[in-house]
Amino acid sequence: MTRKQRRLTLIGAGLGVLGLAAGLVLYALNDAIVFFNSPTDVLEKNVAPGARIRLGGLVKPGTLTRGDNLNVRFEVTDGNKSVLVTHVGILPDLFREGQGVVTEGALEPGGTFKAETVLAKHDETYMPKEVADALKKQGHWKTEGGYGLAGPSKGAAK
Amino acid sequence: MTPEFGHYALVLALALALIQATVPLWGARTNDAALMSVAGSTALAQFVFVAASFAALTACYVASDFSVLNVFQNSHSAMPLVYKFTSVWGNHEGSMLLWVLILALFGALVALFGANLPASLKANVLAVQAWIACAFYLFILVTSNPFARLAHAPAEGRDLNPILQDIGLAVHPPLLYLGYVGFSISFSFSIAALIDGKIDAAWARWVRPWTLVAWMFLALGIAMGSYWAYYELGWGGWWFWDPVENASLMPWIAGTALLHSAVVMEKRNALKVWTILLAILTFSLSLLGTFLVRSGVLTSVHTFATDPSRGVFILGILVVFIGGGLALYAWRAPALKQGGIFAPISREGALVFNNLFLTAACATVFVGTLYPLALEALSGDKISVGAPFFNLTFGPLFVPLLIAIPFGPLLAWKRGDLLGAGQRLIAAVALGIVALAATLAIQRGGPVLAPFGIGLAVYVMVGALIDPVERTGLFRVPFATALARARGLPRSAWGTAVAHFAAGMLLFGVIAESQWNAERIVSMKPGDTVSVRGYDLTLDGLLPRPGPNYRELVARFTVRQGGAVVDVLEPSKRTFPQRQMSTTEAALLTRGASQLYLSLGEVGPDGAIAVRLYHKPMVLLIWLGAVVMVLGGALSLSDRRLRVGAPKPARKAALQPAE
Repeated sequence: MTRKQRRLTLIGAGLGVLGLAAGLVLYALNDAIVFFNSPTDVLEKNVAPGARIRLGGLVKPGTLTRGDNLNVRFEVTDGNKSVLVTHVGILPDLFREGQGVVTEGALEPGGTFKAETVLAKHDETYMPKEVADALKKQGHWKTEGGYGLAGPSKGAAK
Repeated sequence: MTPEFGHYALVLALALALIQATVPLWGARTNDAALMSVAGSTALAQFVFVAASFAALTACYVASDFSVLNVFQNSHSAMPLVYKFTSVWGNHEGSMLLWVLILALFGALVALFGANLPASLKANVLAVQAWIACAFYLFILVTSNPFARLAHAPAEGRDLNPILQDIGLAVHPPLLYLGYVGFSISFSFSIAALIDGKIDAAWARWVRPWTLVAWMFLALGIAMGSYWAYYELGWGGWWFWDPVENASLMPWIAGTALLHSAVVMEKRNALKVWTILLAILTFSLSLLGTFLVRSGVLTSVHTFATDPSRGVFILGILVVFIGGGLALYAWRAPALKQGGIFAPISREGALVFNNLFLTAACATVFVGTLYPLALEALSGDKISVGAPFFNLTFGPLFVPLLIAIPFGPLLAWKRGDLLGAGQRLIAAVALGIVALAATLAIQRGGPVLAPFGIGLAVYVMVGALIDPVERTGLFRVPFATALARARGLPRSAWGTAVAHFAAGMLLFGVIAESQWNAERIVSMKPGDTVSVRGYDLTLDGLLPRPGPNYRELVARFTVRQGGAVVDVLEPSKRTFPQRQMSTTEAALLTRGASQLYLSLGEVGPDGAIAVRLYHKPMVLLIWLGAVVMVLGGALSLSDRRLRVGAPKPARKAALQPAE
């Protein structure tokens, strides 16, 4: 093989692998991503029941009830609308009424949201960014004292 | 006084870095030995001053000096002493100080051990190191001063985030930073080579040990972080494909590719332009990781409060160094001389194959990490890209790579024999198929992926050992002869075999844990028993227990197997009053490489406590695999040729087979 042919082989192989990677990425992006919604989005966009989404907002104070066998129900609100969430399992350490939360799961035909995971946050001053944005959109964002004050860094936290 | 001293030392380090960034460069241009030699002494002095600054901050923490804002926010007088040390870097400002400390350490090491480098290369390398240092000193002094004082010192601090009050914080960030920052050396060498316009096999020989050291530390740092998350977060997961984790994985993958392409460059003087590009990209990914972690642009379960001005500053650093590095590359790389040629089927070809797949896999992680950011900027839609995406992209790209691993070392340089290598791998393939069939038979209708994964893992492990077994003649010659030959093999050959073997171990652990993990989540009262895979766990009772700066509720479980008591496990929930936070302390029972994992939830209204129990088969192989891989790296690092280093004539080098 001449130098030119070898170079072409190399470039061909490179493009082949990159093409494979791009194909996989495009396929996965169609199939394996999850959209984030606020309660207002869920009610206004008519999210189809069964579709896997993330729902985030504040846990509405006074709505958390714990049933038997680790069943929990609570409402997630963005100040405008709220959605009832059911979950079976253990809630994260920092789950609190009135605090931000992100849940992942699907809407049931009746309009309740069945969460498979409830995501933890790791610091009491931290608010998930999507939740903060959703609240800002509804005009309920309060910059109270201490918020955004340097908490522990997350790089060291990992 | 101490904080002011630390602050002042940091300013002086910046001043020294400014000298180091300019004078040696001028010296290298004018070929002035005196100016070039400034680099070494300033690099050492810089390290001394940063170390003094770091020591000052540590002293503030140990003395619980709450007049320092940073100490007030992240410490508590009742905290155990070890956490007072580690909380120095358990916050943004302190961890950036650790970053520059390690950067200065690497600079000082190059100054100390770079005696055999050509003077101009050494001067240029240290000057480039100093540019990076200047940028980060400025970043700390302008946006993240760890020594800021409070006008009125509070009596008590706000305590360190409880999740960080763990020995993991002592180990994980320093290791990770040694890796991240270690890649700055390969970056500086590349930029220096581009400035010089000269690059050869000797260059690769100098760069390789530094890359190897950084790669080893990064691997350990990632593995320790993963184990820490596994036992501390109470979810029993060891990898979440979280943006912050991806940020550390990307430079590691690129660094792995760099290690392999540097071999080609060192042995065959080929792939030069590509190696330089990889070195620049690897450190760029380290910087990108720093940016993602520090700026908070991405949502991550690890995200804490962040400050936008810092993000903009780091973005600036990112643009200057990555943009500048790539621009210099585009301008100067065409001037570099082309290297030797080789057939597609050859050792070089195998290493190129490795590089193609590793960079493609790295690119998919990059897309998965940054796509949500791009999409939100373009369309406003918020999405999350999680494990399903990475399993679909990263996974398939690693399969051909794993299949190819055993072939690489069996192919000859320049022109290899694929069929011959395949024949020599028959034992590995056969054992892999046996493992596949055995797994199928044992699990009867379990997950489909498991038998193939286990088969592949066994194939990789056995395949990695074929090269040393053949070269020592084990099973063919008397054992003593084989042992003598084993000692005669170059350490780098052993390093390769061990590291490749470890890749198989890691895969084995990942497959076993992800496919055969058993989980029970139940609500228990004292006296209740929960069972998983033949283990019966009885809750004996709940008892409160005080800690130094927390209260904890301990649940006592007796573990029985077939009626016989195996052990007592005590998972707990800790409440830290200062921060109003609670953490879950999981209890682990290790049996062989498998673990029982037990963690607690809340106590319900009826007095029952939520319990999460996992049986994780072979889970320890994941981290053991990483450790063994690093051992392989260490073996390779101890190879004589890297210590002798330097441009010796080829004939002389050939006379010195490694001991």
